[in-house]
Amino acid sequence: MPLLTVTDLRTYFYTRSGVYRAVDGVSFSVERGETLGLVGESGSGKSVTCYSIMGLVLTPPGRIESGTAIFDGVDLLHCTPAQARTIRGKRIAMIFQDPMTSLNPYMRISEQLIEPLLIHEKISKRDALARALAMLESVGINDAAKRMHLYPHEFSGGMRQRVMIAMALITKPELLIADEPTTALDVTVQAQILELIKKMQRELGMAVIFITHDLGVVSGLCDRVQVMYAGRVVETADVRTLFRAPQHPYTRGLQRSIPALQPKGAELYTINGLPPDVSKPLPGCSFAARCEFAIDRCTAEQPTLATFGPGHAQACLRVQAGEL
Amino acid sequence: MAEPILELRDVRTHFPVSQGFLFKRALGTVKAVDGVTLSLGRGEVLGLVGESGCGKSTLARTIMQLLPTTGGAVILEGKNLTTGSAGDVHHIRRDLQMVFQDPYASLNPRMTVFDTLAEPLRVHRVCPATGVPARVAELMQLVGLAPRFMQKYPHEFSGGQRQRIAIARALALEPKIIIADEPVSALDVSIQAQILNLLAQLVRKMNLSLVFIAHDLAVVKHISDRVAVMYLGKIVELGRAADVIERPRHPYTRALVSAIPTPNPDLERTRQRIVLPGDPPSPMNPPSGCAFHPRCPHAREICKSGVPPLFEFEPYREVACVRVEEIANL
Ligand SMILES: Nc1ncnc2c1ncn2[C@@H]1O[C@H](COP(=O)(O)OP(=O)(O)O)[C@@H](O)[C@H]1O
Ligand SMILES: Nc1ncnc2c1ncn2[C@@H]1O[C@H](COP(=O)(O)OP(=O)(O)O)[C@@H](O)[C@H]1O
Ligand SMILES: [Mg+2]
Ligand SMILES: [Mg+2]
Repeated sequence: MPLLTVTDLRTYFYTRSGVYRAVDGVSFSVERGETLGLVGESGSGKSVTCYSIMGLVLTPPGRIESGTAIFDGVDLLHCTPAQARTIRGKRIAMIFQDPMTSLNPYMRISEQLIEPLLIHEKISKRDALARALAMLESVGINDAAKRMHLYPHEFSGGMRQRVMIAMALITKPELLIADEPTTALDVTVQAQILELIKKMQRELGMAVIFITHDLGVVSGLCDRVQVMYAGRVVETADVRTLFRAPQHPYTRGLQRSIPALQPKGAELYTINGLPPDVSKPLPGCSFAARCEFAIDRCTAEQPTLATFGPGHAQACLRVQAGEL
Repeated sequence: MAEPILELRDVRTHFPVSQGFLFKRALGTVKAVDGVTLSLGRGEVLGLVGESGCGKSTLARTIMQLLPTTGGAVILEGKNLTTGSAGDVHHIRRDLQMVFQDPYASLNPRMTVFDTLAEPLRVHRVCPATGVPARVAELMQLVGLAPRFMQKYPHEFSGGQRQRIAIARALALEPKIIIADEPVSALDVSIQAQILNLLAQLVRKMNLSLVFIAHDLAVVKHISDRVAVMYLGKIVELGRAADVIERPRHPYTRALVSAIPTPNPDLERTRQRIVLPGDPPSPMNPPSGCAFHPRCPHAREICKSGVPPLFEFEPYREVACVRVEEIANL
């Protein structure tokens, strides 16, 4: 049984300018120990999907309209707050692009690290501090015994990222949700952080949902990839299949538009236009307006994810009809 | 290379750093750009890469004469701009134009596209007042925007379209050189491809010279003829773009290239990666000798003293590393 199964998740935002269907019928699951990549351009609903699971959607304006998120038998979207507290922040942890999202600038690192332990486990302060120290050492903070009593601003960007990771992992979660944790970092520091996440994953055997828009990061880190577009999943496959044999026109277009996969200087393929306004009704496929293969059917009928091969599904009516 | 349009000779831009509000205390100097020698050919695209804080934007603003140089010379078509008069600077504004990463910040939100593009035309009187609307329409078409959007404001456009407006504004005075500072870094891949195609097409069509700053090496390799790699205010490697990125020589370039994740799962899982320790150091107290030595896997005693000069290690390749020969086959 998967560790987490999300089914038909819909999260809308009710604003003065309309109802934004940020996540509009997303289903997926994550196995124990697996790394799932969540890719898509900005605004495609990657963060809101994960915020919904973590109970971080601000209500109002946000509202979870439908769906379930079953984690080890408990539906996080419908369980009691007490039940949710035993899971979120302990068995599921989340890290962000900006480490200051999770770090309190006015608290010493040591105090912040032991806080979740003192809440979730029967542990003495002394033992908690020992765990905090061990955790900081394993994420690569040198001289951790001394530096654990510093404040967040006393660390460099890359080190702060490590502290955030230490804080997320100190409860030994079974699932880590990482929302673009390396997007703002330089590549050499990104390489360090990706190595660190892989190492911690091996040590703790945890599953990871890794949100990114960088297909390079996905290819090195993820077992499986799910491509989102305008609040919906358009394709999902194991990472090799997704790169070798993408099916959905959006996934195919993305790959043809990145310079790294094209001969030097060649005219890049461009996906014309912009993602749709998710506050407007969208009867058909959300990608139809930009799709070079769209036919009348595509703007009338909403495609659903259909299995294409083992572990491979896509939501394109024309691919499903064998026309592409 | 053909006769260069722009030459930098030992260019230095330092910032004094002080602390305190009322009683300022000098703390030291940030050597943001520290001895850069480079040339740019007509119609050439020169990529400039390096991690944040290495001095790319400062070098760009120094070339643009938006910052005073601490030393060295910036020579545009034989004229030294650093010793130029105000009249010269007015003239430079026409020949050198800049495009920034964030078109939100660089476009005036209260000006329509028409006003934005008409302003430089009027200030520099490049065409009669009656000709302005036609020229604005022409500029919009050049960058792939429909002239019917002339009266719209920046917020009514997407990020990619705003970047097109910024490029159109840079082109208004028919400059010889454009310096683009991370012009596609804030854009989604599908939009990034549109802007890269546009820049490449403009360079060809107008024989523009382009300095293209980015941190994505694949993007830089794609668009550039040559690439310069910067580390702590200095150029550590310079050569043909594809060569430098496919066969980097300087240990820093090697590490930088190896840190880039490639969108190929098979390759990505098998290749050797050089993971550099630590963050890039502060340019305020740069390490002695070769500034890269504390993070360099090949550093020896010799690297701690004496700044390595950039020298021609092989044809079309300059490298600033005293051990480059020894480590070439490692
Ligand atoms: N607080 C909010 N109010 C209104 N709309 C929101 C809010 N947060 C997110 N959205 C909408 O949700 C959509 C998806 O956002 P997000 O999940 O952050 O995208 P991603 O992480 O893929 O870049 C966006 O298009 C945005 O319009
Ligand atoms: N006006 C300034 N005053 C003091 N230091 C500055 C100033 N502008 C830039 N710097 C410093 O100079 C160095 C180079 O910065 P910058 O040119 O912006 O790098 P890059 O564009 O490569 O990221 C950085 O350490 C930065 O903090
Ligand atoms: Mg997001
Ligand atoms: Mg910069």
